[in-house]
Amino acid sequence: MTAPRALRIVGKSVPRKDGLAKVTGLAAYIDDLTYPGLLYGTTIRSTIPCGEIASIHLDFDTTGFTIVDVRDIPGRNVVALIDDDQPCLVEREVRHYAEPILLLAHEDRERLLEARAKTRIEYRPATPVFDPERSPKVFKRLAIDKGSLDEGFALADVVVEGEYRVPHQEQLYIEPNGMLAIPAENGVTVHGSLQCPYYVQRALRVVLGLPAHRVRVVQVETGGGFGGKEEYPSMLACHAALLALKARRPVKMVYDRIEDLEATTKRHPGVIRHRTGVTRDGRLAAMDIDVLLDGGAYATLSAVVLSRGVLHATGPYRCDHVRVRGRVVMTHTPPNGAFRGFGAPQTQFAVEVQMDRIAETLGLDPVTLRERNALRAGDTTATGQRLGRDTSALRVLREAVRRTDFRRRRRALAGTNRGLGLSLFFHGAGFTGAGEVKLASKATLELVERGVRVRVASAEIGQGSRTVHAQIVAETLGLPYDAVEIAQADTDQVPDSGPTVASRTAMVVGGLLQRCAAEMKTRLAGLTPRQYLKAHGPLSVTKEYRKPPEIEWDEEAYRGDAYGTYGWACDVAEVELDPDTCEVRPVRVTAVAELGRVLHPVMARGQIEGGTLQAVGYALVEQVVMRDGRMANAQLANYLIPTTRDTPAIDVVLLERPYRHGPFGAKGVGELPMDGPAPAIANALRHLGFDVREIPATPERLMELTRKGKGL
Amino acid sequence: MRTPLSPLRLFEPRSLRDALRLLADEGPLVPLAGCTDVYVSLNAGAPPGTRFLNLWALDELRRIEVRGSTLMIGALATYTQLARSKPVQARLPMLAAAAREIGGIQIQNRGTIGGNIGTGSPAGDSLPVLAAAAAVVVLQNARGRRQVPFNRFYTGYRASVRRPDELIVAVEVPAVDGRQWFRKVGTRAAQAISKVVMAGVRADRPRVALGSVAPTVIRATRTEAVLAETGDVAEARRALMTEIAPIDDLRSTAAYRRRVAGNLLERFWADTGIADRRSPIAD
Repeated sequence: MTAPRALRIVGKSVPRKDGLAKVTGLAAYIDDLTYPGLLYGTTIRSTIPCGEIASIHLDFDTTGFTIVDVRDIPGRNVVALIDDDQPCLVEREVRHYAEPILLLAHEDRERLLEARAKTRIEYRPATPVFDPERSPKVFKRLAIDKGSLDEGFALADVVVEGEYRVPHQEQLYIEPNGMLAIPAENGVTVHGSLQCPYYVQRALRVVLGLPAHRVRVVQVETGGGFGGKEEYPSMLACHAALLALKARRPVKMVYDRIEDLEATTKRHPGVIRHRTGVTRDGRLAAMDIDVLLDGGAYATLSAVVLSRGVLHATGPYRCDHVRVRGRVVMTHTPPNGAFRGFGAPQTQFAVEVQMDRIAETLGLDPVTLRERNALRAGDTTATGQRLGRDTSALRVLREAVRRTDFRRRRRALAGTNRGLGLSLFFHGAGFTGAGEVKLASKATLELVERGVRVRVASAEIGQGSRTVHAQIVAETLGLPYDAVEIAQADTDQVPDSGPTVASRTAMVVGGLLQRCAAEMKTRLAGLTPRQYLKAHGPLSVTKEYRKPPEIEWDEEAYRGDAYGTYGWACDVAEVELDPDTCEVRPVRVTAVAELGRVLHPVMARGQIEGGTLQAVGYALVEQVVMRDGRMANAQLANYLIPTTRDTPAIDVVLLERPYRHGPFGAKGVGELPMDGPAPAIANALRHLGFDVREIPATPERLMELTRKGKGL
Repeated sequence: MRTPLSPLRLFEPRSLRDALRLLADEGPLVPLAGCTDVYVSLNAGAPPGTRFLNLWALDELRRIEVRGSTLMIGALATYTQLARSKPVQARLPMLAAAAREIGGIQIQNRGTIGGNIGTGSPAGDSLPVLAAAAAVVVLQNARGRRQVPFNRFYTGYRASVRRPDELIVAVEVPAVDGRQWFRKVGTRAAQAISKVVMAGVRADRPRVALGSVAPTVIRATRTEAVLAETGDVAEARRALMTEIAPIDDLRSTAAYRRRVAGNLLERFWADTGIADRRSPIAD
């Protein structure tokens, strides 16, 4: 599969399929769409974090308004996902601030805003719980056990303990959530900004009580997602559809930034505790890890986020005796959800800071400690997965150390206001072992006059899915790149290829397309598409996910091959501290990543640069201020992310070690770069003398550490 | 929640005379210059009023010129204008520095010095400069003009001596002797609201002004007196701690602001002294 024959298209930075329309402004996003008779919809939300609705008062003339409440739901009042515990509209019990209660639509947006201001809801408030440590409800518990902790700690010379805290983080896609629903005969069509057309379709079927063929979901050009459009669009699509069906007119709902920030999902905050037994020569003898995530008010995707969190909690290290305990709990805050990295940035922040503290305790340098413990081919992970030849932890570590001259540079910076730190990390590509089997994704390739058309449910959200899919297909078929067109992700037009998440779009869906293309090539038997169509009529090939036989995962015992493969990376961060203000400037991040096969170098680098910067924000700047369960800084003036002027020089190094089940050897790339920068920066601050165990490492926190003698 | 716009009223005068007459006849009106604050408040559903006076067309308020020893800055001079102005760069480099640090390019193109004064946020970045420069605010109504020293302009949090029928039309800055110094501390390198902002002038009688550490921008007169009399910056720092009253808010903490204000004072003194050496963080 990865024979060294010259590739024409894969591995080349071809023009993006979506590039021209986007740079010329032709690409139409949800707010650009309109229909005759269009109404605008808005959501009336709870203004308390916990309690019951006592009464609702509409203090305006309701003529011309469409008003939807829970009684207008023809199907089940639930946003169908995993646990089906989140209502589409509040019936009585309010579990978080900004929970949807009532929907209004009107043709004049101004009237709608006035009506919103004149809608009063009275409540019987109850006592909320905001502290996850005191939560009365656990959504999910997970456990990983390997060897025996007692045995492991008996072998240890030193035990290092630590508690690490990670915050909420907002995805901050540039385009807020938006949907447009159009009533159709006996059904509905919903256009929207989304990542997972079939998740939205399923949610609509459940709320509307309609069969699949009456519910059509079309992804329109989407201005970013980062996971933030994985589950929430299901809620918004149901709202728009309920209004449209009641009004019998098209309804558009587009959130403004404040509403999007207050109401939609964020990265799970967490508390991660480590107790690690090590030998004096720096070998990990026992790892005891406890992961607590704050799920917010409803389960949504929390169980799966926790899963990825615990599966990455040990970091890319070998250890014979491991215990990981994870739980995700309810608090009276808006539900947390999918965000690039999906639990792994949280737990790998903890383990990578813990590793530097172990190195410090043992008097080892951070590179040596990691070299001694990094996973090698043939090693087993905490779940007992035996790793294959594409295990590159040592390789990325050594390349990053060499390229930055890490040890010498670190010594040279001692005593200055600059610090140098590193992190070694990995990221499982695709869904967990059993997840891909359950999804049973499909992809279709159809022959057309000028070439082929790709039919997949993958959503282009700026990450370049259309481009890499076209590259894989064109390369396999021996057709020009331009001969491949991509159908819109429309449930009437494309099969269910699974959600556009989990770094699976290139690797898993791209793999299905490669199989489609290989079969089509055989069927064409040397004919051009035009010749074939003339001679034999239409041709289309559909392939379904096939589990590689050697991948075995036991969901009950949490044992086995958690992921088909992993991407590996090492980040080195150099930071500069302003001693007057404790402001930290990230000077340079060197990111060395092994991605299997790089399908498109410019876009792969773009993913790593973007993910790195998003994680620099996580490490240093981004702070969701929660007051009484409400995001108090839900404005771009107060929720700040790094600008170009805050961006470090990012030196990206791409290494390849092909994965035999990935298309042309490709692994996932989207999430990997999110996992490493925060601990690398925290470790650079540690090098400067700051005992950072909580992010963001704001100047206020660093100043406080200074005062306590744990800083400069 | 976004503010509905239809109940709002906007008056659009073509001249200063027009504007003053509208203020007198139709008032109270909220004057609008670059709208960089009012749009944020409209989006957040908390506008400062319902009736507005758009001053943007009044080009006569946009001039920057030197008259004798005084720098005259029209109220509608934008930050971009201030940053590029030769007289501002030559006479009041700390104002050019402040103008370059406000918002981003778009905000600098729209935001005005009169708007910054009128909004009166304690975090207004140009305000410590005006305080340290002993500027004079020129107010005008339909009947005439009056001048108010900048350091007596504010009466409390976002409150000033401006009467409802008056407009801020200009600010006059007398010649400033000595070395000027400016520093803004925000959450990121650009487009951030100040956590602490300070302007200083190193002269026989040093001047120190700070923003984001009290309900209004302040001149630290006791600190200045210590610096003038003893030149002892450690003692001046102690004096400064008695003059500021920062709070915890969305952006920072009182404790952080106190320490940074003290550190900036020392930095100012070190930077503008003869020996320019760096000092460690002091507690």
